[in-house]
Amino acid sequence: MAIEKFSILKSRCVPLPVENVDTDQIIPARFLKATTREGFGENLFRDWRYNKQNQPVKEFVLNNPRYQGNILVAGKNFGSGSSREHAAWAIVDYGFRVVVSSFFADIFKNNALNNGLLPVQISASFLAGLFKAVDENPDTELEVDLEKQTLTMLTTGELEKFEINEYKKECLMKGYDDIGYLLSIKDKIEKFEMERHHS
Amino acid sequence: MGQTLFDKIWDSHVVTKVDGGPSVLYIDRHLVHEVTSPQAFASLDRRGIKVFRPEKTVATPDHNVPTVNQDKPIQDQLSRMQVNKLAENTERHGIRHYGLNHPYQGIVHVIGPELGLTQPGMTIVCGDSHTSTHGAFGSVAFGIGTSEVEMVLATQCIMQPKPKTMRISINGELKKGVIAKDIILFIISKISASGGTGYFVEYAGSAIRNLSMEGRMTVCNMSIEMGARGGMIAPDETTFSYIKGRDFAPKGTEWDEKLKYWKTLYSDKNAVFDMELEYDAAGIEPMITYGTNPGMGVPVTGKIPTMESVEESSRNSFTKSMKYMGFEPGTPMIGKEVNYVFVGSCTNGRIEDLRIFANYVRGKKKADNIVAWIVPGSRQVEKQAKEEGIDKILQEAGFELRQPGCSACLAMNDDKIPEGLYAVSTTNRNFEGRQGPGSRTMLASPLTAAAAALTGKVTDPRYFL
Repeated sequence: MAIEKFSILKSRCVPLPVENVDTDQIIPARFLKATTREGFGENLFRDWRYNKQNQPVKEFVLNNPRYQGNILVAGKNFGSGSSREHAAWAIVDYGFRVVVSSFFADIFKNNALNNGLLPVQISASFLAGLFKAVDENPDTELEVDLEKQTLTMLTTGELEKFEINEYKKECLMKGYDDIGYLLSIKDKIEKFEMERHHS
Repeated sequence: MGQTLFDKIWDSHVVTKVDGGPSVLYIDRHLVHEVTSPQAFASLDRRGIKVFRPEKTVATPDHNVPTVNQDKPIQDQLSRMQVNKLAENTERHGIRHYGLNHPYQGIVHVIGPELGLTQPGMTIVCGDSHTSTHGAFGSVAFGIGTSEVEMVLATQCIMQPKPKTMRISINGELKKGVIAKDIILFIISKISASGGTGYFVEYAGSAIRNLSMEGRMTVCNMSIEMGARGGMIAPDETTFSYIKGRDFAPKGTEWDEKLKYWKTLYSDKNAVFDMELEYDAAGIEPMITYGTNPGMGVPVTGKIPTMESVEESSRNSFTKSMKYMGFEPGTPMIGKEVNYVFVGSCTNGRIEDLRIFANYVRGKKKADNIVAWIVPGSRQVEKQAKEEGIDKILQEAGFELRQPGCSACLAMNDDKIPEGLYAVSTTNRNFEGRQGPGSRTMLASPLTAAAAALTGKVTDPRYFL
């Protein structure tokens, strides 16, 4: 199954200046009982977003109409903890295409990339500047250019480059997924099995 | 230059490497549970693909299962559907499946080792971050997402960038009352919940060598809690004698051949790691966590850090955490109120953990204010516990042995810590809401959990030793 292609995204952003946001917060375990990939966005950040009576928590950023856009900006070590891919599904299903942080947990990063969600890792200082700019002006627009590997604050023109490996970059730009590649090299995999068996 | 243990295993499993990208890594053993697999099977079916090597995958339900009345249909409809789906999917694809009531059922990371499915030198994956547990046998084992579960089912391979290597050595003698769980909580408290990100960790040193396989599994299990991709320990006589004779362990001449190979699995003397850390075992105290990530740990006799001692950029998150836990910075852990005690999970749900807990509470009484759940990690652990009379010891002390599963570790079944209440838990995560919405978790060893269960508050386990 192909993933959605990504090239350039211009958008405002939603700031979540919390560190170590774990995947239990992104999507609590009690919502993992589904057998399909759809609909997890409804429960994204469920326990921060709604109170016990299922009323929206006004102070939580997703409930604050000042902040809009397809880019989530979060504190360091985003996506730590459980390997649940449901976290990436929930973020994508909610409508985000990019998560910006100064640091991502490894499994989350893989899961995001496998679902066409771009993790943009920037320096702690650029992140701090970004939080400040968005706090002062929620209309701050960002541009994520995957080809050039840059994140730009369009209001000031400040930009930073981000890293992504060439293979994953190509996958995202063309909408390819890993499984398509693996299926295409099945003869190599079988050969590997044979050689191992005889060694 | 010599090779690290990790490099030896990783390199021998690389089918090919993509230019400027990840390696295609061949997987020897794939474990599957009900929560992270249904979407993978559905996607396979949509693509019209069969499972490539069904004999290399083993499945069991664990996350959703109740810990009482397992002989009856699961009450929760969604849980029941997910558990049934696993049975259907595995049957259709010819995958071995140990369902509820099968004598081999249990938490995936408990049954893999106890059945001898986990062996040195293997690559092992599962759609579960605590797959790192299997690294205790000198295997490269790590958690994957559901898209990757599908890749393994379809091709027996996944695509992974090669992580960096880190060695953490713990040398010397552990003090009385300090066990494997304290070692790993101590390490994470030192390097933080993200200090291992990007690395695969090898645990070494005399204090690690002296651990039983159960203890080693506890240490490797929580590697992910410092962000590490996985953790591993070089196999030795302790490892070999644990494996020998188990159901799926190699037998006869195959055993001899495998053993010869397993004995080559260690980091060469001149191997170079990207990072090396060393700690003195004698400096480790019984540990407990006070916050909402596993890096927020202190000695049980210690105090929560003061606001001033927290890095300025982290103060918001620290304050949020303190508010959630209902704790004041700078206060001691000893004496804090406890309402629930949970012993179990892939971290501490093995027979040795139950023995430790039972020995400690033998002849004493559970505190009246404590609700305790003692959950074995598997049917086999449950059976052995009963054969050893552990259930009787527990009963006499006011505890009850439940049926196996992940249970209150992530509260996907009915075992939930109520909102606002405190649990001392032998599990791996103290995240907000992890053990039920609003639950407040303090992670600790089975010994420290036992002490809390007897006194009703956070207690130094050495008090009764």
